[in-house]
Amino acid sequence: MTTTSQEWKFTTKDIAEKPDLFLSGHRACAGCGPATVLRLMMKATRGPTIVTEATGCMEVVSTIYPYTSWAVPWLHTAFETAAANASGIDAALKVMRKKGRVKDEHVDIIALAGDGGTFDIGLQALSGAVERGHDFLFVLYDNEGYMNTGIQRSGGTPMGAATTTTPAGTVIPGKLQAKKPIAEIMLAHEMDYVATASAYYWRDLLTKVRKGLEVEGPAFLHIFAPCPRGWRSDPAKTMEYSKLAVESCVFPVWEAINGKRQLSTPSKLIALAPQKKKPITDYLKGQGRYRHLFTPQNKHMLDEKQRITDERWEQLLKNCEQT
Amino acid sequence: MSREKTWKEIAPAGVCSKSSVGFNTGDWKTYMPVRDLEKCTNCLTCVMFCPDGAIHWRPDLGKIEFNYEFCKGCGICANECPTKAIRMTLEQE
Amino acid sequence: MTKSVKQEMIGLNGDEAVAYAVKQSDVDVVAAYPITPQTIIVEKFSEYVANGEVETEFVCTESEHSALAASLAASATGARTFTASASAGLALMHEMLFVTSGCRAPVVMAIANRALSAPLNIHGDQSDSMAQRDSGWIHLYVENAQEAYDTVIQAFRIAEKSDVLLPVIVGLDGFTLSHTLENVRVLSDEDVKRFVGVREFLNVLTHEGKSVPFKLDPANPMTMGPIAMPNYYYEFKRQQDEAMQNALTAIQDLNEEFATVTGRKYGNGLVEMYSLDDADVAVVCVGSACGTLKTIVDELRQEGIKAGLLRLRTFRPLPVEALRSALENMKAVAVMDKSLSFGGEGGAVFHEVRHALYDSKKHPPIVNYIYGLGGRDSSPRELRGVYEDLLQILKTGRVEKTLTYLGLRE
Repeated sequence: MTTTSQEWKFTTKDIAEKPDLFLSGHRACAGCGPATVLRLMMKATRGPTIVTEATGCMEVVSTIYPYTSWAVPWLHTAFETAAANASGIDAALKVMRKKGRVKDEHVDIIALAGDGGTFDIGLQALSGAVERGHDFLFVLYDNEGYMNTGIQRSGGTPMGAATTTTPAGTVIPGKLQAKKPIAEIMLAHEMDYVATASAYYWRDLLTKVRKGLEVEGPAFLHIFAPCPRGWRSDPAKTMEYSKLAVESCVFPVWEAINGKRQLSTPSKLIALAPQKKKPITDYLKGQGRYRHLFTPQNKHMLDEKQRITDERWEQLLKNCEQT
Repeated sequence: MSREKTWKEIAPAGVCSKSSVGFNTGDWKTYMPVRDLEKCTNCLTCVMFCPDGAIHWRPDLGKIEFNYEFCKGCGICANECPTKAIRMTLEQE
Repeated sequence: MTKSVKQEMIGLNGDEAVAYAVKQSDVDVVAAYPITPQTIIVEKFSEYVANGEVETEFVCTESEHSALAASLAASATGARTFTASASAGLALMHEMLFVTSGCRAPVVMAIANRALSAPLNIHGDQSDSMAQRDSGWIHLYVENAQEAYDTVIQAFRIAEKSDVLLPVIVGLDGFTLSHTLENVRVLSDEDVKRFVGVREFLNVLTHEGKSVPFKLDPANPMTMGPIAMPNYYYEFKRQQDEAMQNALTAIQDLNEEFATVTGRKYGNGLVEMYSLDDADVAVVCVGSACGTLKTIVDELRQEGIKAGLLRLRTFRPLPVEALRSALENMKAVAVMDKSLSFGGEGGAVFHEVRHALYDSKKHPPIVNYIYGLGGRDSSPRELRGVYEDLLQILKTGRVEKTLTYLGLRE
């Protein structure tokens, strides 16, 4: 039961003039993708909101005691627990409203986690919370590694990427496994709203956050958020990479409402004009974590990556057609 | 620099007592963005993309403003500006 | 002396008594995961929920770790919260126990004390909650189903006191108490509701410069659970220790208050001294075995032997003063442990009782008996043997064995 009744219309100036709820003064790296994602996410809130966050980069940089960058009620407990926290908050508000102990108003609950707290250690709690049907939006800011602890590999790290636990060595050239298709997994939970977004396409991102909040029940939003530190890329190019990822179909943007999937405009344009699809090398080059793939002995990995990208893209096109 | 509080003075459970807008991250930068007013079309892309919210749209002034207290000099604004109206300079403040 | 309220006698096992107490205590959220021998608590409570007998949100989480995380978050949002577990479930929650006490969330958790794996064992011993003794939770251990009922009710008040604000574990021995039917006197719904009252909130200063109730509320944003660097973490931990000290008073106060309402009290709330005043030999014990030990003490007294029992009801905060003053005049003391700290030469209760007596001028010999691990039964004969060993110490003036594994096949 999704209520995407009113379409939220906004101008750039509307958003620019809306006060930030994710405040300046946080200690994220210069050029941090997730920081932009969070700023934008908070611009899409519509009323009383509580945010609960898993341990990770954004949690740590935004709440170094005694400072906080959150202008909304905010709770952190542990790494695995973003969705479990959201479940507790949801249950508490529901019953306290009934008992007249809190204001009778709707409060949006956002569970926020990085790829660590979603793909891996947080997956159980996420799956459970979704199955129980709690009313919350789970936002995944995906920088493709356990960045906060020093750039270790996660289930969201793509194949071939060099991380500190999958270094590009002489025998093993980076991570051997492909990126876990987390959005597909969440879609298989028969959720009312699952979507992917990329920071460069900020309008699309804002709309999706708002749609996710409007769902009565669980919603899941997977947001691509480049990390210049972890990816060894130029901090100035963070937004550029979030655009290239979509243009090369490495990270297509789509949304599924009640299981019916459709591509979002940036990816739809490529589906309609396949010649616009960029080769993944356009996206990979310039990222230090993929540098070793551009050697002759690792060409097979580049080819494999292109193959996986193409395969997943074709599958996505089929899924969108069928529904 | 105020002295750090004793265990009797702080709120329990680590409830944060200060907003981060009181913490200046602007001294992190090496390069700072400078804008060419003539080229700027007020598209506000830079305002949207700044990870630190260090670029403000000033409707009263009809232009954007950099808040150098929080700007870390990442250069995203310069990289993304459609009219190349921002350049990153190495400047002493 | 005010007349105690009207109470009804019904048959409840320990788990049911806990569920009944929760039902009456105006609890807002229960987030739990089943594990033997706690299952009856959650099953019984589910019945209450399904029949509309309680206004409580019951969240069947997908693991104990999530159960405590959800309970913590609900409590942080302002809800009165309860959960329950045992053994491996409690062990799985380990990380979250520290987070809950660190976040000063007044969650009440019943633990149907059960042995830890490996090997797998579903029966009663206290190793599960003893392993959590450093987690910053208040630990109260009950002797019977009546006390389980009474203590859960008191626990909400103790936890929520503004100078305490610590979560509480109420431990009841697995199967021995959890599954054994007893006569339990219960209060009326109204009387319990009046006793527990409505949760009140401490005011804290937030980053907006306002002093507001300590809970997640969009009207008064606050940040809970930040990262604290070495320059601050230590101070938060000191606060928790202070809260534990305050809990010593709170537990005693609630014990008294409850007594005025029901006519029932448990020693001074911290320790229960049974026939201890003029005793020569004493046993210190936690939990249901005390019931058997009391019978044995009566027997021995009949035979003219000055035996006594100290039941340790509150394990955290450790009532050092009470232990010292009660035991320093004994001629020999045996401490029973239904758990074992491997490589520590005995169990936790033994270590801590010795600590309590160390600064005393008098040092009676204190020996340790490990018993009942994995639900191994200890017969009255075996337990009486403990007293006989103590009398032997008196007779010979010597301690033959400091550590004995009672009932072990050797």
